[in-house]
Amino acid sequence: MNESPYLPEDATILKITPMTERETLFEIKLDNYNALGHQPGQFVEVSVPGVGEAPISISSSPTKKGNSFELCVRAVGNVTNVLHGLKEGDKIGIRGPYGTGFPVDELKGKDVLFIAGGLGIAPLRSFINYALDRRDEFADVKILYGCRAPCEILYGDEVGGWKERDDIRYHETVDRCPEGVCWEGNIGVITTLIPGIDIDLENTYAVVCGPPIMYRFVLMELDKKNIPDERIILSLERHMKCGLGKCGHCQINGSKGEYYVCQDGPVFNYADIKGFEEAL
Amino acid sequence: MKIIKKDDLDSFVDELIVNDPREVVGVKERGNKYVFDTLRSSEELRLDYDVTILPPKKYFLPQRETLLKFRSNDKIKAEPENDVIERIILGIHPYDLIAIQQMDRVFSEEPEDPNYLKKQESTVLIGVNMSKASERCFAGSMKTAFTDDGYDLMLTDLGGRYAVEIGTDKGKELLDKSGVTLEDASEDDRKLLEEIKNNLKFETKMNFEPGELPELMKANYGNDKFWEENAENCYSCGTCNLVCPTCYCFDVKDLMEVTLTEGSRIRQWDGCLLEHFAEVAGGENFREERAERYRHRYMRKGLYLHNKFEDIACVGCGRCSSQCVPDIADPAEIFNKLKEGEI
Ligand SMILES: Cc1cc2nc3c(=O)[nH]c(=O)nc-3n(C[C@H](O)[C@H](O)[C@H](O)COP(=O)(O)OP(=O)(O)OC[C@H]3O[C@@H](n4cnc5c(N)ncnc54)[C@H](O)[C@@H]3O)c2cc1C
Ligand code: SF4
Ligand code: SF4
Ligand code: FES
Repeated sequence: MNESPYLPEDATILKITPMTERETLFEIKLDNYNALGHQPGQFVEVSVPGVGEAPISISSSPTKKGNSFELCVRAVGNVTNVLHGLKEGDKIGIRGPYGTGFPVDELKGKDVLFIAGGLGIAPLRSFINYALDRRDEFADVKILYGCRAPCEILYGDEVGGWKERDDIRYHETVDRCPEGVCWEGNIGVITTLIPGIDIDLENTYAVVCGPPIMYRFVLMELDKKNIPDERIILSLERHMKCGLGKCGHCQINGSKGEYYVCQDGPVFNYADIKGFEEAL
Repeated sequence: MKIIKKDDLDSFVDELIVNDPREVVGVKERGNKYVFDTLRSSEELRLDYDVTILPPKKYFLPQRETLLKFRSNDKIKAEPENDVIERIILGIHPYDLIAIQQMDRVFSEEPEDPNYLKKQESTVLIGVNMSKASERCFAGSMKTAFTDDGYDLMLTDLGGRYAVEIGTDKGKELLDKSGVTLEDASEDDRKLLEEIKNNLKFETKMNFEPGELPELMKANYGNDKFWEENAENCYSCGTCNLVCPTCYCFDVKDLMEVTLTEGSRIRQWDGCLLEHFAEVAGGENFREERAERYRHRYMRKGLYLHNKFEDIACVGCGRCSSQCVPDIADPAEIFNKLKEGEI
């Protein structure tokens, strides 16, 4: 019998970059010096001994140089708050990578429309950077990114770079902008960006990640644009305790069947989960 | 098939308790209920019980168990932990043996779960056919009243003598080593065994074939009114999950010693009926309504686990029905109602 699938690998925090009040970027390497070997869209279980584990999306692309990888963590509870208190050089545990990644190969040669809401940029960034590093493998690349306020924009420097590039289109929006804050982008929820986007219906895939509420509205807008369901890719968040398809927490259902998000997802093709009442 | 006299069975059990290094567990009376517990003497063993409060799953998937141990000198080290105790369990009813086989499939699916599997493999399972069924048991309808496998040995009370069926080499070895006197079963003994099995009566029944459940459940997922009406008095207490031999969902959390130099990662039983089971950070709860959680359990029993493992994940033991305070957890009743309402 294999050794325990619950045993994390030792890893070290190489670098900590605070991004906003609530989110911090961690650069991590496995102590065995191996690359994580992930696909864009997969996640790891981050372990802080004595505190617990949390599923966190891998935010860096496998095309990134070196064997380290990045996680963008929002402090919301036990594990994530303790992570925020750690220092460079501190040890954590990593299990994974787990789950299905984005269908990168299927999207090669296609137009890709990335739509990220809030922290949804964290998993999407692994694919965005993959597409930017291998720019010639994809046709048109557009990124829509929405946050609640300018101070919540993640990866500020990188996003600045996306704005400058002429081989992609980048649009950003905030729900609201406090007085006195300089903001050149759009104001309004993310769905307000969609009508203005030119889409080659034959060739476009939309890749969407954001909070649950965002999906409902974004999907309505994409439907208005006539993007077929099977060309919409989503990443879902669920309560997860094992990442191994055993603990039962992440199961989603509908009359059509059921999925375990930790193994069958977190990335799904919208056509596959559309009839699932508990999915969206 | 062999025959063992009641007295010889008693000495066989007492022998095991005294001489076998393994822990000997059996069904004992407690209050006016029955429980699986460590045996100190064959006198405690009650092979004529109807149902135990908890199923024997507690020996393979304990209510709480350690998965990892943390030790820190200058740096924290995590080590896998598996508290395996070798056991001989006596008196498991067929429905519970079938439930154990279902659990085996769950935990041997890749990636294998050694914490469950090693405990299971280190156990000798000695079954006993029911001499009476509990009031709420409907194993007769679920085809789980008898089993041809899943045991090392199987006993049946023939009145002063027991029929012994040998299921595995492990079971045979146990008998051989003990030197207990066994007779070969006669044609009459076999007839008697069949008769006893045929005479087993169930007060609770499901009125249709269990094989029809997956389609029935699929058709009724969207029957919101039904689920809302039936879940109306549910306390979301999760008892129906905890007492069920086929429920295996768990929670994982860390415990730290006060010294902060040692700790452990444990898993403990969880239940899909509990309010926060599907809640994520940010407060979104994907089964927020009581009726959704209530439905989920029946869907898992009748459909979901069937899709995954081809098992009907209710073995009809009746524990949930008898232990649910508002008495709304009886799968036989719910399944019958759904069947009757079928168009
Ligand atoms: C596939 C996936 C990818 C994710 N990616 C990221 C990411 O890139 N960055 C990020 O910051 N967050 C991400 N999350 C969310 C993150 O896992 C949770 O915020 C985290 O588990 C909360 O843990 P905690 O110990 O800090 O909070 P807790 O103190 O455990 O609880 C806070 C709240 O979170 C809920 N919760 C507890 N455990 C989990 C769990 N395992 N999964 C979901 N909710 C839980 C609780 O019910 C409670 O409401 C992701 C979640 C999933 C499922
Ligand atoms: S159905 Fe009964 S046992 Fe189950 S959670 Fe509701 S009240 Fe508790
Ligand atoms: S659902 Fe109820 S009757 Fe069925 S196996 Fe579980 S506890 Fe027994
Ligand atoms: S996280 Fe445990 S089953 Fe998916």
